[in-house]
Amino acid sequence: MSEGTVDPMAPALFSYALRLGDDALILSQRLSEWASRAPEIEEDIALTNIALDLLGQARALLDYAAVIEGHQRDEDDLAYLRTERDFCNVHLVEQENGDFAHTIARQLFFSTYQLFLYEELISSTDELLAGVAAKGVKEAAYHHDHALQWTVRLGDGTEDSRRRMQAAVDRLWPFTAELFDADEVEKELAVHGIAVDPSNLRARWERAIHDALASATLTVPSTLWTSHGGRRGVHTECFGYLLAEMQYLHRLHPGASW
Amino acid sequence: MTIGDLGIVRGVVIDADGRVEVTLTPTYSGCPATEVIRADVLAALSAAGFDDVHVLTVLAPAWTTDWITDAGRRKLADNGIVPPSPAPPARRVDVALSLTLPSRDDEVRCPRCATADTVLVSQFGATACQAMYRCRRCFEPFDRIKPY
Repeated sequence: MSEGTVDPMAPALFSYALRLGDDALILSQRLSEWASRAPEIEEDIALTNIALDLLGQARALLDYAAVIEGHQRDEDDLAYLRTERDFCNVHLVEQENGDFAHTIARQLFFSTYQLFLYEELISSTDELLAGVAAKGVKEAAYHHDHALQWTVRLGDGTEDSRRRMQAAVDRLWPFTAELFDADEVEKELAVHGIAVDPSNLRARWERAIHDALASATLTVPSTLWTSHGGRRGVHTECFGYLLAEMQYLHRLHPGASW
Repeated sequence: MTIGDLGIVRGVVIDADGRVEVTLTPTYSGCPATEVIRADVLAALSAAGFDDVHVLTVLAPAWTTDWITDAGRRKLADNGIVPPSPAPPARRVDVALSLTLPSRDDEVRCPRCATADTVLVSQFGATACQAMYRCRRCFEPFDRIKPY
């Protein structure tokens, strides 16, 4: 997209970049909470490395969203100065870390989705989105591998680790359906080869997750209720607390830099 | 070890007016060294007498460890860091997701005692691009640039 032209696709593209960026940003923030608190030093390093990859993806996407919007906002304004209702991440990524099993279940669900999403988004006609996806897919493959290894180790582990891993899968399952919601933003952009219609990823995701849970001797939950609304800025209760912590320093010292 | 060895420098162009344009690509999306490298490039070119320098950062095509030069691989090995095997394909849509990334099948030799009897401790290490290994013969831990 060249500068200065009014693109009729711009509002949808802004929303789409923001959605992908917010998912990455908020999960990064959650994973960062593990710094110095993980069960072992290698996990401390792994979870914060994953957080860093996601933060890098978020920065590129939010920077792009800001450019498309053209309102003199930058990536920091979008990350630190929006309020809860302006964020459009899915509910899954904002859910609390819980015990280690909960963090791993969230990682398994999200990294599998993000891996499949980025694999498709590499072919986007939008150069920036394709570029973010081409890098992100390599990172998501490592994130997915990490989550899968732990899911199997915990699920097919001791009585206690199995119980915790199953509880985590059950608790987070209702938040997975939202990953595949597609509204007019994705649908319009998908027609032009810009976005991936996430509803097309669902069957493959379910197969992969069912296989993973089977390998881990875990049961696929049969929960019926599902949680939706993140893309419209309607969030779960824990999100406000996350934002308060994430934005505190920036709001206390506006414009401060290193 | 230079940023050229690592494949981070994608191009340097000097036009007739002496304007220099350097194109860099980040390694991992969140690599914290990206901005330091950018600043160092500007400082180095300024010290070399170039006043009109522009550093561009491009995401595509995505950096891959396959771009690390042979000289770079030797320097990594000389410093006790095992260089990466060829990067896996970015798109694996038709391949069933297995419990193992391609990299796990690699033969990774201990940089101290050269045995292949080593074990992957974690795919995540001191920097975004490194994995942690341990030698089962000499028991030394060591780093490896993971295929990306």
